[in-house]
Amino acid sequence: MGIISSSIARKFAMALSGLFLVFFLGQHLTINLMAVFSPDLFNETSQFMGTNPLVQFLLQPILIFGVVFHFVMGFILEIKNRNARVKSYAKYKGSANASWASRNMIISGLVVLAFLGLHLYDFWIHEMTVKYVSGDMTGLVDPSDPTSGFRYFEETVHKFESPVRVGLYVLSFVLLAIHLWHGFASSFQSVGFNNKYSVALTKFAKVYSILIPVGFIFIAIYLHLNQLPH
Amino acid sequence: MKLSLKVWRQQNAQSKGKMVTYPIDGIDGDMSFLEMMDVLNEQLNDKGEEPVVFDHDCREGICGSCSLQINGQPHGPDRLVTTCQLHMRTFNDGDEIVIEPFRAKAFPVIKDLMVDRSAFDRIQQAGGYVSVNTSGNTIDANATPIDKADADEAFYSAACIGCGACVAACKNASAMLFTAAKVSQYALLPQGQVEASTRVLNMVEQMDKEGFGNCTNTGACEIECPKGISLENIARMNREYLAASAKG
Repeated sequence: MGIISSSIARKFAMALSGLFLVFFLGQHLTINLMAVFSPDLFNETSQFMGTNPLVQFLLQPILIFGVVFHFVMGFILEIKNRNARVKSYAKYKGSANASWASRNMIISGLVVLAFLGLHLYDFWIHEMTVKYVSGDMTGLVDPSDPTSGFRYFEETVHKFESPVRVGLYVLSFVLLAIHLWHGFASSFQSVGFNNKYSVALTKFAKVYSILIPVGFIFIAIYLHLNQLPH
Repeated sequence: MKLSLKVWRQQNAQSKGKMVTYPIDGIDGDMSFLEMMDVLNEQLNDKGEEPVVFDHDCREGICGSCSLQINGQPHGPDRLVTTCQLHMRTFNDGDEIVIEPFRAKAFPVIKDLMVDRSAFDRIQQAGGYVSVNTSGNTIDANATPIDKADADEAFYSAACIGCGACVAACKNASAMLFTAAKVSQYALLPQGQVEASTRVLNMVEQMDKEGFGNCTNTGACEIECPKGISLENIARMNREYLAASAKG
């Protein structure tokens, strides 16, 4: 049995891809917060991220690979783990020895994955279509008018007009927080890091797991409440 | 104390098995759980019924033979005890107690509550030892100085009795705490260094072959372990495994 199929190697790979995604979430939130504090800066950064070849053709594919790898491996491990107990207990008191978050990563993960579908539909597919199908790399509201300004902030605000969409986003971020609550801290254990610094690192991971989704929730609600005139 | 026992009965490894309810009376709070099972079996014997088969040996909490999933938890609701050290005073008069075998694909039921835990033996045989040349020139183990902290840590790991509660508690039926304890007890000592790489690679390979699930760090194993084996062992095994894999 090679290292690829070994349980520890898979666990290590899950942890590394998870840590990469955790780092990405921090970066994503930082840019999103600009929409609250400085729409101009948000527009400039969005244009940079959307047109920089390094971001578009190196970092973006790495991110897509990281996301796909994380959930495909998650499914593979879930199936393998379910097969490891063919006959289930008549009475199983999971709450006596492990948190709900740790026992239900597949549920929180599936909600986040479903959200990702909605999120990509809302923003990513639109951007890819405008940039690489229509060929408009200007990022302007009116591509023929250089004075029309960047379209990113305006489009983002309009996306959060629907209370249903905001509700779905908020619900997904709550599940994201639950997923990170177990996932982030436990990734250190998976990579073999458990020593005198673990308590402090775990505390940092728990705080981060709450702050990041709360930040996203704040932005979604803020933009919903501060709609631009049509 | 009057109780209602819901016990898993299964004729053999091939048969389907089912839960059977047995009312039981006259149970004293100072009886151990296994003594209560003895009382049940005496009653069944008297009625001409087949007694319930369950594993037990030392009944002192040190051999790792007794098992049982009691009310959804391995070795019952108490912490840091084996089933033989679980006392009936933990329960209340009139309680219903659900008693099942440890469930895992790698621990097939032999009969009733007895499961085959030889998968653990095979993991041990894959590397859970130190090769010593017994030519007559063997160096006394105590002649090698060992840091007190390391010696203590190795001893805590070696306290694992291989009962399988970690597997039974884990939602994934993972055997990582057991394997990690066995890897750790040697990884921490100079005597274990010579075979360190092959040991961890072979033991993890055997663990995977046996069909145990993957660890997802829920920590249930550590909570339910009657010997308090720490999750640190799993982190250490992960480090040992990754380092050994990198070496090739």
